[in-house]
Amino acid sequence: MQPHYEMEVLDRAIEKIVAIARGFNLDFYDMYFEICPAEIIYSFGAYGMPTRFSHWTFGKAYHKMKTQYDYNLSRIYEMVINSDPCYAFLLEGNALVQNKMVIAHVTAHNDFFKNNYYFQRTSRKMVENMATAASRIREYEFKYGRDKVEDFLDSVIAVQEHIDPQRHISPAAVKQGADGKSGGQGCSAGARCGHGQCGLENTRESTPYDDLWDLDRTEGAGNCGGPGEQEKTLPRRPEKDLLLFMAEYARDLEEWQRDILSVLREEMLYFWPQMQTKIMNEGWASYWHLRIIRELDLTADEAIEFAKMHAGVVHPSRFTINPYLLGLKMFEDIEKRWDQPTDEERARYNRPGNEGRKKIFEVRETENDLSFIRNYLTRELVDELDLYLYQKVGYEWKVVDKDWEKVRDGLIKNLYNCGYPYLTVQNGDFAKRGELYLKHMHEGIDLDVFYVEKTLPHVFKIWGRPVHLETVLDGKEALFSYDGETVGKKLL
Amino acid sequence: MADKYTITREDWSLHRKGEIDRERHREKVKEAIKKNLADVVSEESIILSDGRKVIKVPIRSLEEYHFRYNNANRKYGGQGDGNAKEGDLLGSEQQKNDGQGKNPGAGEEPGVDYYEAEITVDELAQLIFEDLGLPNLQQKKKPELASEALEFKDVRKTGISGNIDRKRTILEAMRRNALKGEKNGSYDITRDDLRFKTWDVTFKYESSAVVLAMMDTSGSMGPWEKYIARSFFFWMVRFLRTKYQNVQIVFLAHHVEAKETTEEEFFTKGASGGTRCSSVYQLALEIIEERYSPQDYNIYAFHFSDGDNLSSDNDQCVRLVQELLKSCNLVGYGEIEGAYYYGSTLRNAYRKIEHEHFTSIGIKDKTDVYPALKSFFHSRND
Repeated sequence: MQPHYEMEVLDRAIEKIVAIARGFNLDFYDMYFEICPAEIIYSFGAYGMPTRFSHWTFGKAYHKMKTQYDYNLSRIYEMVINSDPCYAFLLEGNALVQNKMVIAHVTAHNDFFKNNYYFQRTSRKMVENMATAASRIREYEFKYGRDKVEDFLDSVIAVQEHIDPQRHISPAAVKQGADGKSGGQGCSAGARCGHGQCGLENTRESTPYDDLWDLDRTEGAGNCGGPGEQEKTLPRRPEKDLLLFMAEYARDLEEWQRDILSVLREEMLYFWPQMQTKIMNEGWASYWHLRIIRELDLTADEAIEFAKMHAGVVHPSRFTINPYLLGLKMFEDIEKRWDQPTDEERARYNRPGNEGRKKIFEVRETENDLSFIRNYLTRELVDELDLYLYQKVGYEWKVVDKDWEKVRDGLIKNLYNCGYPYLTVQNGDFAKRGELYLKHMHEGIDLDVFYVEKTLPHVFKIWGRPVHLETVLDGKEALFSYDGETVGKKLL
Repeated sequence: MADKYTITREDWSLHRKGEIDRERHREKVKEAIKKNLADVVSEESIILSDGRKVIKVPIRSLEEYHFRYNNANRKYGGQGDGNAKEGDLLGSEQQKNDGQGKNPGAGEEPGVDYYEAEITVDELAQLIFEDLGLPNLQQKKKPELASEALEFKDVRKTGISGNIDRKRTILEAMRRNALKGEKNGSYDITRDDLRFKTWDVTFKYESSAVVLAMMDTSGSMGPWEKYIARSFFFWMVRFLRTKYQNVQIVFLAHHVEAKETTEEEFFTKGASGGTRCSSVYQLALEIIEERYSPQDYNIYAFHFSDGDNLSSDNDQCVRLVQELLKSCNLVGYGEIEGAYYYGSTLRNAYRKIEHEHFTSIGIKDKTDVYPALKSFFHSRND
């Protein structure tokens, strides 16, 4: 097919699909499609964003994805970016029907980005933000040396997931004046927000639930004391945002290092909602690509090609939960249960019926994966999909739970904090020596000790003074410490 | 409401970030391997690679460490075909680790513990051989041994800008300007003045050399001991063949008796029985006598054994090694101290030998193979 002719055909397809999507009441940003060769799609996949900074870990991810593509083991058909306008990249060489499915799919992602609550605070200009951050980091490389910058990036990347996406509703933010609202950049610019400022107290709108905050309040922390009192404990409450805390309080960092901490924090805050809603987002997109494609007139060959591709996307796996499949099935199940409630549901939950569509739009707006599964995964669905939990027993991987509630709770557990251990900064001046004391809020699973011992030195490198991590091993409280030379471990 | 959308196709040929970072990652892999050569050299996947070109090397230092859960205690979600029951077996560790790698689908399994880098055997060999050489090499009558060398010996008017011959270029410019009658020093340099150095690949003829590879294949040499000897000789042979064009290698295997074998037999055939190391030295001396006159050849003899020699034979061995030293540039003895090793007999006996061309080392585990290579093959004449 002639390239320009191909573009024309694609253009007409997009027009039609977008119109159908509007007809279904999907609500999305303007779309910007671009056709890319495989290497480019894969590099976008590895970096998460085409404009992101340069680092060998992305090279490693890129190499892996590219190799799998070269050996025909996997194929990314598209890549979509949460931005306004929404960018979507289509793989060069996609057949027309493949592109139709991909366009329908990303249009629904676009709707999800725009409407889901957890994305409300994400910057929609992240393509540009990341590009400017990348060029700043490149400048730092010229100025301070590639190895030095790379080393520092290595260390920050080792702890990059320890941010607090809910910081804007935490008491700390109330104290410091809801960061993030100010220009979308939050604390990034100088990474010096709020510390010691009292004037911004309670900029949060008042709600009927304000009294709940009092439950958290410890004596003396409720009002803003003098500077002397503040120094007593730092932070005043356990702080989940390790990157922010270090950017603010690590004593010996240079400006460029604080900037890098802020850049990685901003980027993690941007990616977090995507990790938090993987099942919903993919389920939503799959739900809609099915329904949009049904509205198109496909030839017999196209219909078969589409069915093959869709089947590939929702293929179940014995070793992992396929988010496309689980999400799709759950949305369909919710729709059914709100369209045709049982007599019990009508009576008990006052559910009138025929509200399926309305309900799934509400769910896509208000939930994340964790609450989605907790609130909507039913016993019937667990049985129908034959979901289970498995575990390593000796040298074997075995199915260990089939009970639906255990399965549901097991899935939820793995989604908690996006699957990362929940750490908080307890003290930034431990033993009055400026040492950093972290605590792992043990959720029932021990940490990988070898990895703790390898990661603590990275924290040390950023903090510049000895660092400690409290956790629980085999039911006993344990403290890991790194003083710049050796990792020590003792039971508390 | 009018929906806005655009579709474009851009030229992406300049977008090379992925490739550049991939290259940086490869560099880091190489650095990491170089730091861990001792571990990598005796990696089974290489020695037993059967000529495969690309090998996988585990490197821990390139792992992306972060705080994570102990995977052994975690439960993961999965999906059955409709009939899954508690206790169903999904896979096992052995399956995952057997042979060359992973069974299909294993990539999906959680808990893959270390990162494997891919590298070609040639790249790895380059790293290992970087500072190895044949020690005590001397000028002999028969110039057979050739190694490749690059020589800049020609100057041309075209070439790579990095190879500009500045001095000659300036001279050309001066000459041309002088012919025009220019006297002051501010010349221009024209394209015609440029001179470039060019190189030729030449063979540097060195003296011919022969290596006698001797290995104990007696019953006391278990699979591990054989493996160690084998990995040493694997790299030795590769090293000699890459660096020198014409080095000859003679393979001698022995238990109570010694015999010359083909390269393949040497590496694959097992034997049994007792040990009489003197037999192989005797054979080596005979072969030198018959085929490799010390006047024509640099002779290197390496012997690997577990040291479990007939004690009545030790004196004989010492005598023969001293005999070998008269005609060899280097005699190396490597003793592999395996699980059943209880104080050496032979290596102790060799302590008596004080000759600068004799090297004896002990190998306790896999990581000692690389130091062994380095101590046998470092160029002592510089």
